[in-house]
Amino acid sequence: MTEQMQTQQDRSDGDAVGSAKAEKTIIRVEDMHKWYGQFHVLKNLNLNVAQGERIVICGPSGSGKSTFIRCINRLEEHQQGKIIVDDVELTNDIRQIDSVRREVGMVFQHFNLFPHMTVLENCCVAPIWVRKTPRKEAEATAMEYLERVKIPEQANKFPGQLSGGQQQRVAIARALCMKPKIMLFDEPTSALDPEMIKEVLDVMIELAGSGMTMICVTHEMGFAKTVADRVIFMDAGEIVESAPPHEFFDNPREARTQKFLQQILHH
Amino acid sequence: MSESMAPPVRAFAPVQWVRNNLFNTWYNILLTLVVGYLLVTSLWPLLNWAFFDANFAGESPSDCTSAGACWLFINQRMNFFMYGFYPDELQWRVDIMFALLAVAFVPQFIERFPGRRWFGIFGMTGLPIIGYFLIPGGWFGLEEVQSSKWGGLMLTLILAYIGILGSLPLGVVLALGRRSEMPIIRGFCVIFIEVWRAVPLITVLFMASVMLPLFLPEGMNFEKLMRALIGLTLWQSAYMAEVIRGGLQAIPRGQYEAGSALGLGYWRKMRLIILPQALTLVIPGIVNTFISLFMDTTLVLIIGLFDILGTVQSTVTDPAWQNVAIEGYVFVAFCFWVFCFGMSRYSQNLERKLDTGHKT
Ligand SMILES: Nc1ncnc2c1ncn2[C@@H]1O[C@H](COP(=O)(O)OP(=O)(O)OP(=O)(O)O)[C@@H](O)[C@H]1O
Ligand SMILES: [Mg+2]
Repeated sequence: MTEQMQTQQDRSDGDAVGSAKAEKTIIRVEDMHKWYGQFHVLKNLNLNVAQGERIVICGPSGSGKSTFIRCINRLEEHQQGKIIVDDVELTNDIRQIDSVRREVGMVFQHFNLFPHMTVLENCCVAPIWVRKTPRKEAEATAMEYLERVKIPEQANKFPGQLSGGQQQRVAIARALCMKPKIMLFDEPTSALDPEMIKEVLDVMIELAGSGMTMICVTHEMGFAKTVADRVIFMDAGEIVESAPPHEFFDNPREARTQKFLQQILHH
Repeated sequence: MSESMAPPVRAFAPVQWVRNNLFNTWYNILLTLVVGYLLVTSLWPLLNWAFFDANFAGESPSDCTSAGACWLFINQRMNFFMYGFYPDELQWRVDIMFALLAVAFVPQFIERFPGRRWFGIFGMTGLPIIGYFLIPGGWFGLEEVQSSKWGGLMLTLILAYIGILGSLPLGVVLALGRRSEMPIIRGFCVIFIEVWRAVPLITVLFMASVMLPLFLPEGMNFEKLMRALIGLTLWQSAYMAEVIRGGLQAIPRGQYEAGSALGLGYWRKMRLIILPQALTLVIPGIVNTFISLFMDTTLVLIIGLFDILGTVQSTVTDPAWQNVAIEGYVFVAFCFWVFCFGMSRYSQNLERKLDTGHKT
């Protein structure tokens, strides 16, 4: 079964995403390989993501999940195969890379906020310098998103003065301020204390409800069950299984998936 | 819910402090007394020499009658110490520059001075431009003054100021180049830095004044001062580059990645995200480099330029004045101390201001 058919099959599971939009494939990864020196990290990855689709990637540590999503905005370079994002192929051409990065927001495990800027400045810097939005307008947009992640009152503080959960919500707002078409999340909650995980997940669930195309690397299986259209399991640099959440969790096909699920659900 | 309270006020009680810190145990009492005794016995003669027994007024060496310092020597030769051989009737031009320097930088020490940022920006842009026209003259009907006539504190400040102003941006560019992924650029910067850093400043100055003219084509000979300035700036920028590179290396990779992920290109990422953090981090190192540059300007003496140390040194040997060497050198030391201490205080202010509570 090809990836394309897989996607369509997932769609037909009746998930409530605008069906007209769902036809458009926004990310296309074809036969992609990546090496770190001699080490073959990513092996023959194929993935099509439809616009508005929410994908959760899970898998054991070191399986290449981070490397994979970092290839999608070219924080890592792939050596073989194709990655096409929003009709732009990622090559060495710096202009193409920049135009992809403008449309792809990313949220990191360790937030990576700019510590020398206030929360508001963090949110405005890219719209002002990359999108050339006038400052007033950028600030208004930033406040809008800060309200959406429920921390407008922190706008003039510095990141160092916020809790982890608040910082991660700022990081989400910062990415959203660029009005991206796609959002990538790399374990956004795994550096957080349990009581802060929920506030970040709530923001992500709300975002998913708004129709954003999302790819999340996460071990929050509850989040995967409620939000994902498709769950992808990676192991040793390969995509082992890709299925809608109820199938993935209730009837995993591959032995490696079953083993992983057992480990993760029973500890 | 309990009321939120203001934090307790910590009163400062000098008597209490002295009792707690200087006289709390028998050995601390002993230590305090011994140190106090030494201070009084050594400080007293010093104060006597510098102030109580010193000669301030008068015209000539014969007016230095009492046992203390002969400060009137400094008074008498002040003009030479400040301007070197700059003609008396044109010194107002230098005075304007001194005044502008004060206007630009004194506000930087006053926390609430309105628009002090603009004064600083003026100090780094307008001031050198005005100086460029005003001090040498030869434009707009201003009489020309050869750079060989410049000297004293004025020359020291010119050397240090241009050296600082030139070496910081050059250092930034070299540091970025040394971390560049492009082999040619990186190679060039590595070679540049390592060559200049491995040569003592004295050699650089000698080369600039003696050897450079041999290599330059006929008619393309800069003045000696210009050559010294170029040598000093390039030499300093190599050191500056290494200090700044230290800062760049301390910035976590996540900062670069976050910048890239937002679509910021290389230069914007550096200017907006990386450099502000890296430079803040190495302010102490940068100011350290500035201060040593300031001191190193005295080496221009060996190529025949008379900076403040040079002017003083050449006068203390004047047979008309007997035994004024100590006064002269104390005066030089004091001048250097004022400027270097100023820089150091300013850098501490800046560090405090730029601290955003982020500690990783
Ligand atoms: N810069 C690098 N150079 C060499 N090897 C690397 C580099 N970055 C990652 N790797 C290796 O690539 C493999 C995949 O790493 P990756 O970070 O993608 O894993 P992951 O699935 O995200 O794991 P985790 O759940 O721990 O985050 C690991 O074996 C790792 O050691
Ligand atoms: Mg990872």
